[in-house]
Amino acid sequence: MLKNYFKIAIAVLRRRKFFTFISLFGISFTLTILLVMTAFIDKVVNDNYPDKKRDRSLYISHIELRGKESMNSSGLSYSYISRFVNKMKTPVKIAVSSGFGSTNTYVNNRKIVINYKYANAAFWEVLDFEFVEGKPISRQQTDNAERVTVISEDMKKEYFGDDNSPAVGKYIEADNIKYRVCGVVKSLPITSYTLYSDIYLPITTSKTKLDADKGYMGNYSAIVLAENSSDVPKMKKEYDNIVAKLPIPGKEWDHLYSHADTYIEGYVRTGNEKSSGMVYAFTAITLFALFVMLLPTLNLVNVNITRIMERSSEIGVRKAFGASSKTLVYQFIVENLILTFLGGIIGVVLSVVVMYFINDAELIANLNLSLNFTVLAYALFTCMFFGLLSGVYPAWRMSKLNIVLALKA
Amino acid sequence: MIRLQNIEKVYRTDTIQTLALNSINLDIEKGEFLSIMGPSGCGKSTLLNIMGLLDMPSKGSINIDSQVTDNFSDKQLAAFRNKKLGFIFQSYHLINDLQVLDNVELPLLYRDTTAKERKQLATEALEKVGLSNRIKHFPTQLSGGQRQRVAIARAIVGRPEIILADEPTGNLDSAMGNEIMDILLQLNRDEGTTIVMVTHDEHMAKKTHRLVRLFDGSQVQ
Repeated sequence: MLKNYFKIAIAVLRRRKFFTFISLFGISFTLTILLVMTAFIDKVVNDNYPDKKRDRSLYISHIELRGKESMNSSGLSYSYISRFVNKMKTPVKIAVSSGFGSTNTYVNNRKIVINYKYANAAFWEVLDFEFVEGKPISRQQTDNAERVTVISEDMKKEYFGDDNSPAVGKYIEADNIKYRVCGVVKSLPITSYTLYSDIYLPITTSKTKLDADKGYMGNYSAIVLAENSSDVPKMKKEYDNIVAKLPIPGKEWDHLYSHADTYIEGYVRTGNEKSSGMVYAFTAITLFALFVMLLPTLNLVNVNITRIMERSSEIGVRKAFGASSKTLVYQFIVENLILTFLGGIIGVVLSVVVMYFINDAELIANLNLSLNFTVLAYALFTCMFFGLLSGVYPAWRMSKLNIVLALKA
Repeated sequence: MIRLQNIEKVYRTDTIQTLALNSINLDIEKGEFLSIMGPSGCGKSTLLNIMGLLDMPSKGSINIDSQVTDNFSDKQLAAFRNKKLGFIFQSYHLINDLQVLDNVELPLLYRDTTAKERKQLATEALEKVGLSNRIKHFPTQLSGGQRQRVAIARAIVGRPEIILADEPTGNLDSAMGNEIMDILLQLNRDEGTTIVMVTHDEHMAKKTHRLVRLFDGSQVQ
């Protein structure tokens, strides 16, 4: 039976080349957009360099104060972290780092913008940066506020040139201070904004006095690492309990929120407690995907109706000789799935080409899109969805055709 | 074999009603070869479609092989047609995208048969109509007479007890028409298949056992 359906599906596709082209173009083009988008999301969300211990980490990066008429949301102050987060019992390590700031420096009369980030010693233990040369900033160097730095591979090239001589031991100047390079790490894309930087400096070298600001808000965030993943809920609860007991600063506020998030929750947090980042991200992605799919699907439904109606004589004959409406719906859906599947294959090939060009053009440095199994699974699912969506209605409509009218047409 | 009682068919639009069939009572015996004649628009094809369960009467009852089919569901009707009935149409209605063998196999697709059985039965049916050397051809590569023979092979492949033929020779010249008629007569004689044929051709009708004439939706002979 399936072989027969396959034969006729291929014959129909070859007979109406223009329709086939329109259908395949619609499917493959849409799929390409979706595949590139999912590859992008997959890369941003699932690429775990350098935080390879995500399964046992929680990210504390926001605090929000809310009053009747106003709200204030920000990163954490260093004193907040040392007074409250560092007091947590469950984490075995707590990485603290600032958001990245930027400064200009001049090398051989060439202006270079350097993004810098302050980090504590545990930062290098919690995160698994890949060192191209040298080593991380040690605990002792941090404690002594030594002017040392770990730089990214990209910054090494930009600052010291493309020759392969080692950068370790050389000096890099940022914000009028010279730092000795002690390590070079593989670069991160800017989409990993919580960890991205060109140079990493010991937290103790920060120009602003770390404990000066006793308020809650500031420019720091923390990654708390549990002994094992089963301790993560406990760690989350512990932090929630700490936050619940925090005194609210100032009369204009009546609520205080801060969370120890998983990576994804933290990545999409909007900084507004009343609108969950997860809901926002999910809604945005769903709406985009629906919008991208809607037009080609409607077009495909239309093309399918025309194509199927052209075959009314065949429908009449099949019904006369014993096909039930259900069998016919099944046949046309199978045919449509074959069409979508072909479109899917073309879509996958197109996506690979598009990703190659995106990677090649370096639209976002160090973000290398690739078609992995997750993306392929999305692609297959989308294909099936497409095939069913655009095939069911025309198939159902056609299966209801009166046999005599179908044969007369 | 087929019993039609008080069959009436009315076509309704918003403004007019057309009575296509009016109180038709007809008994067709097993093994009978019956022809239906009448001027264009007299309801011949409508009657044949109703007998073939392709169309529903507005009134009346149909009994085929001792089964009342009036309240059959879509699925039951499909299964019943598949098992009991074979159809031959004036314009053949072959599927041009499929080869001759696949066209003939079609009724067997809706039965519990293996691909091997289907191929064997379809080849046998094509041998009966003298087209076993054309199984890989497509319908568009055949003459009108050959196409109608493929259609006959398709109608008989499932070994139905009844064949309903709507002007099977209508599109053919007299030589080819006679060839087709000979095949049908042979089927009726050798296999005992009950055949009901709508025709415009007196000469063909005379070769059958009985002739029914319709005029304006009513039986006049």
